[in-house]
Amino acid sequence: MGETIISVKSLVKTYKMGDVEVHALRGVNVDIVKEDFAAIMGKSGSGKSTFMNIIGCLDVPTKGQYLLDGVDVSSLSKDQLAALRNHKIGFVFQSFNLLSRTSALENVELPLLYNKKISSREMRTRSLNALEAVGLADRAHHFPNQLSGGEQQRVAIARSLVNDPVVILADEPTGNLDTRTSIDVMGIFQKLNQQGITIVIVTHETDIAAFTKRNITFRDGKIIRAIEVDKPRNAKEELANMPVLAEEEL
Amino acid sequence: MKVKNLLKAALRSLAKNKMRTFLTMLGIIIGVASVIAMLAIGQGSKQSIQAQISTLGTNVLMIFPSASSSGGVRMEAGSSQKMTIEDVTAITERCPSIAYITPQVRSSGQLVNGNLNWRTSVYGVYPNYFDIKNLKLTSGSVFTMNDDRSAGKVCIIGQTVVTNLFGADADPVGNYIRINKIPFKIIGITEKKGQNSYGQDQDDVVIAPFSTVQKRIMAVTYIQSMLASAVTEALIPNASQEITDVLKAKHNLGPSEDPDFTIRTQTDIANMATATSGILTILLATIASISLLVGGIGIMNIMLVSVTERTREIGIRMSVGARGRDVLLQFLIEALLISLLGGLIGVTIGVLVSQLIANILRWPVTITIQSILMSFLFSSAIGIFFGWYPARKAARLNPIDALRYE
Repeated sequence: MGETIISVKSLVKTYKMGDVEVHALRGVNVDIVKEDFAAIMGKSGSGKSTFMNIIGCLDVPTKGQYLLDGVDVSSLSKDQLAALRNHKIGFVFQSFNLLSRTSALENVELPLLYNKKISSREMRTRSLNALEAVGLADRAHHFPNQLSGGEQQRVAIARSLVNDPVVILADEPTGNLDTRTSIDVMGIFQKLNQQGITIVIVTHETDIAAFTKRNITFRDGKIIRAIEVDKPRNAKEELANMPVLAEEEL
Repeated sequence: MKVKNLLKAALRSLAKNKMRTFLTMLGIIIGVASVIAMLAIGQGSKQSIQAQISTLGTNVLMIFPSASSSGGVRMEAGSSQKMTIEDVTAITERCPSIAYITPQVRSSGQLVNGNLNWRTSVYGVYPNYFDIKNLKLTSGSVFTMNDDRSAGKVCIIGQTVVTNLFGADADPVGNYIRINKIPFKIIGITEKKGQNSYGQDQDDVVIAPFSTVQKRIMAVTYIQSMLASAVTEALIPNASQEITDVLKAKHNLGPSEDPDFTIRTQTDIANMATATSGILTILLATIASISLLVGGIGIMNIMLVSVTERTREIGIRMSVGARGRDVLLQFLIEALLISLLGGLIGVTIGVLVSQLIANILRWPVTITIQSILMSFLFSSAIGIFFGWYPARKAARLNPIDALRYE
């Protein structure tokens, strides 16, 4: 096991909805190490999205400690959180969240725009490399509306990769995709993970979670189960064995 | 985010909604153009008034006796007969700030040349009157102090008088006319000066030696007014003070007593006239500025719509590491670009409209660099001012809510 990237201790998050207090997280402890590939599972309302928002530095916990790559996040300001998101975290969303009327390449460049150390030329090469890594180098100048759902999600993955983050967080990355494309996207995650990138995905589908190395299940704001996946599914092999769909069936 | 990238992003998002951007800009364009045009008209009229006044000589002082009163009945201003030629001599001797001074009497006279006749004002002055008023002759020469001492019957006439007594292109120098039946030799013709700012024809005059008019035509011993010029324009206040002191002493008035004369300077008249046109300019510019303000509100309105529309984009940008400041700058620069571009186009249109007004309506129009700079700065200030609130609203969005926004 490598070094710990995400270390969460007794994490509590309470929302106030008018007079009612909602306990989204009630003491969560979890460690995610380098090169891990974890799936956060649970029904809606189980607290998994809140957990994701907190480890993604989009939200701060009410109580408890969260160390991201050794940095205590709980005490950081908004701007410091933004910098952390920029340098250490790559996001992938269910609805892709690409900027419309902006080319794939420029979408991938977006995180680099907020990283002052990077020159325009480096920006371009790094973005092209990231697109290459998700197999979309030839689509660099297409707009999101000219790309299929799977391709859009791959652009989003490239965007999450481009700033060389310590962890990629994917929130229901296959939620808007059909089965084949889902396996395709999971294949990309598996490939990236093999290259040494730490990935955490949120999903409620067990067959998607089966592609990961570790499944963590939430219920009512607590982790009820954390297991190693015995024999993860292999996306590459499954895709190879899948019958190619005829044109009319697509 | 680097400035270059900020600009690029702002330009792109403005280009995405060309029609909307243009209409928003139109508010600023109209505002700036009207400010420029109004200031040009205001400045133009101010300058033409100033130019007219300066043809009269800017360092000129006029000294009038005050109103006389007899038995409690006050007469018109200048009706006092206490001012005499000795006052002129005293001022000449004792006022170092005065370059020239001449007594002045004015009578109306019936001029006759053969079968033509004409009625006009006859001025009696010293020869230095021509220096004070910067009056030139087109032909002939000015009379001398010798002519004054001998009350010589010579005169200089204006172009209007020439036209009425001799015909338009005549040069009657050397000819004789009769003024109130007294024959006068014409020794000079004044340069054409046209109307003054009050609409008086400055060429409808006869100018003769002071003593000639005072004694032969009017038969009085007092003088009606004095006309003096200060050495320089800056010395006008000194000159005015010196005259006051000398005349008060001469008329046996204590320093605290009201003077029995009035000193008026061209500067006073010029100030009055320019103040009037200044008020006009301010009024016009204010109205135009209001349209610029309305344009600014247009920017704010559209930016607010834009922030709402692009909530999700803001969420995405924040999730990949944009700080509040980056988002604020992005929207602020968009607002600033609208107002700057609008300002630029507005300045161009404003200048064109001013030229059009000058060419078609023949109004005096002056476009100053200051007015261009000012309206340009004002429009960018409006961009920042009205862009601030929407930009801050965008910057303060919570990234989680922004990402979820449909």
